[in-house]
Amino acid sequence: MCTVRRSWYGNMINIAIFLSLFALGFFVGRYKEARHFSDLQKRETALAYITTSNIKHVPEGMNNSVFVSGNVVVSIDYYKRILAALRGIFGGQIKSYTSLVERARREAVLRMKEQAEDFGMHHISNLKLETASVYKNSQNSLGSIEIFAYGTALK
Amino acid sequence: MRDIEITNLETLPGKTITQHLGMVQGNTVRAKHVGRDIMAGFKNIVGGELRGYTELLTESREESIDRMVDEARDLGANAILNVRFSTSSISAGASELYVYGTAVVVR
Repeated sequence: MCTVRRSWYGNMINIAIFLSLFALGFFVGRYKEARHFSDLQKRETALAYITTSNIKHVPEGMNNSVFVSGNVVVSIDYYKRILAALRGIFGGQIKSYTSLVERARREAVLRMKEQAEDFGMHHISNLKLETASVYKNSQNSLGSIEIFAYGTALK
Repeated sequence: MRDIEITNLETLPGKTITQHLGMVQGNTVRAKHVGRDIMAGFKNIVGGELRGYTELLTESREESIDRMVDEARDLGANAILNVRFSTSSISAGASELYVYGTAVVVR
């Protein structure tokens, strides 16, 4: 009788922890995402004068070059992780992951552009983007992802 | 700024290549450390950027670039062209950062 009761309490505690992490992930994750998107928008408009291209071309009259790069490691929140796991059953687009990777990519490109701005450059040639899954945990395969952007800034 | 110029283009704007010295490379394998991992554990609940890891990878990448630059310097080069990067997950907690390019002498 006693052990049954203890395990019942244990289960309730587990469920409570799960639900609170779920809620925390949902509210905090969503708030942070919205804030990040508006921040990205602002910085992108400010740096729009730095043009980018992914071809190896040097526009006329640009004689100074410097290597620039930017990277970011991101992780998904608890709520989205659960959603993605559910998606794994039925298949289809995992929207929550799509937006995470998009955010990370825009952030990495912006960091690269900010570096170019510091050098006074106004064009980035041969922009390359690399995505890697880093620091995977052995238990769950979902680790963090790194986006690395690099290119040659010119003036 | 480094004494050896790095670019991922096939030429250096405003300069001419006088000599090709072959491929140079640099790599590093870095493991995450426990303190950063605990912070990352918290971050896994609310999501977002893992600043500790971002810094770690930036440092590691700098280190592999430095190794490549050292190799180029030993060859007597003053620029590295067509630089590429590659990242791979080696084991549960470690990543390898690899960088390679062509060492040249430019004028």
